[in-house]
Amino acid sequence: MDLINIFIKAAFVENMVLIYFLGMCSFLAVSKTVKTALGLGAAVVFVLAITAPINWLIREYILVPNDLMFLDLIVYIAVIASMVQVVEMVVEKFSPSLYMALGIFLPLITVNCSILGGTLFMITKEYSLVESTVFGIGSGFGFFLAIIALAAIREKIKYSAVPPALRGLGMAFIITGLMGLAFMSLMGLKL
Amino acid sequence: MAEVASKKPLLSKQDRKLVSDPLNDNNPITVQVLGVCSALAVTSNLANSIVMSVAVILVTAAANVTISSIRNLIPTRVRMIVQLVVIAALVIAVREALQAFAFPVYKELAVYVGLIITNCIVMGRLEAFAMANRPFPALLDGIGNGLGYGVILIAVGFFRELFGAGKLLGYKVIPNVIYDFGYTDNGIMILPIASIFLIGIFIWVQRSFYQDLIDIS
Repeated sequence: MDLINIFIKAAFVENMVLIYFLGMCSFLAVSKTVKTALGLGAAVVFVLAITAPINWLIREYILVPNDLMFLDLIVYIAVIASMVQVVEMVVEKFSPSLYMALGIFLPLITVNCSILGGTLFMITKEYSLVESTVFGIGSGFGFFLAIIALAAIREKIKYSAVPPALRGLGMAFIITGLMGLAFMSLMGLKL
Repeated sequence: MAEVASKKPLLSKQDRKLVSDPLNDNNPITVQVLGVCSALAVTSNLANSIVMSVAVILVTAAANVTISSIRNLIPTRVRMIVQLVVIAALVIAVREALQAFAFPVYKELAVYVGLIITNCIVMGRLEAFAMANRPFPALLDGIGNGLGYGVILIAVGFFRELFGAGKLLGYKVIPNVIYDFGYTDNGIMILPIASIFLIGIFIWVQRSFYQDLIDIS
């Protein structure tokens, strides 16, 4: 039951994008069509689900016992970078069309703050290994839902009479803001 | 920006463009969509915005110079990891300096200073510019993009502190008389959401003046 609570909390109540506003750059840049949004969302879920437990193990068994905590950021980011490199190779091998569609944004998952944010939050919340894994999957799922929702809205809004200067990026910001306001209503939820 | 130009009269026209372009035409936040996350999170008051801008200018410039000077030695296969290690080392230096000299600010910004590592501006500029140019232009590019980021950050911080708390840099600027007439601080300005709307409005204003920046897609 606790694990389900952690999952729901990570995906909705503490949504990485719409409540903490982490991972904004790729969220805004890749959400032009639902198809690419799906690909990026899936990649983020995968990377978060893998890096959270790996970073937990490294912190617990290497950094803390050897008093190397000042190196934490470098180690976490190196783990994330190598995971993204693996994802990039796998996607290139098995789905060349998705690889082409994502283009530069695949390597840029490395600097998606929600991934490093996931690791840092997992540490401040003092989760156990299993809990961190669930937290990682939950946060990734939250990102996945949010980016698909934004992409779907942006696909529809193309046909609306938006002021010309606000079209594209400007409107994406404002939609994100409104979605964030909507998600804030979940904040009172006690789990 | 004028300061930079006057200090180095030898700057060619091209060099000056490297610094001035990111301030408007190629602004990292409103045009390149880089570094948005931190712009939203740390701008609840003006002082934090200023500290964060200075930190990002330093990190971007230093990382650009470092990567640019070793760019021929980095194997392409592992370049992401090399770039991130350089950035992480610089950010840790900034974090330690803040902890030593500005502890109250550090306490509030600790997580977000760590997140400069994943601030896409730094890695984005490394990929787009430093990997292909000599150190001096890379330095100017880093400073320019840091400044362009800082301008937006400080503007957002200004409006959020002014309307959210009636203060600027901690001093009350909206006189009590106005409050007596029934004016109240705007609660939503304190939340990070306000900065999304503010940046959206900045983009709107910027593109009304510079029509060619509008993207049709």
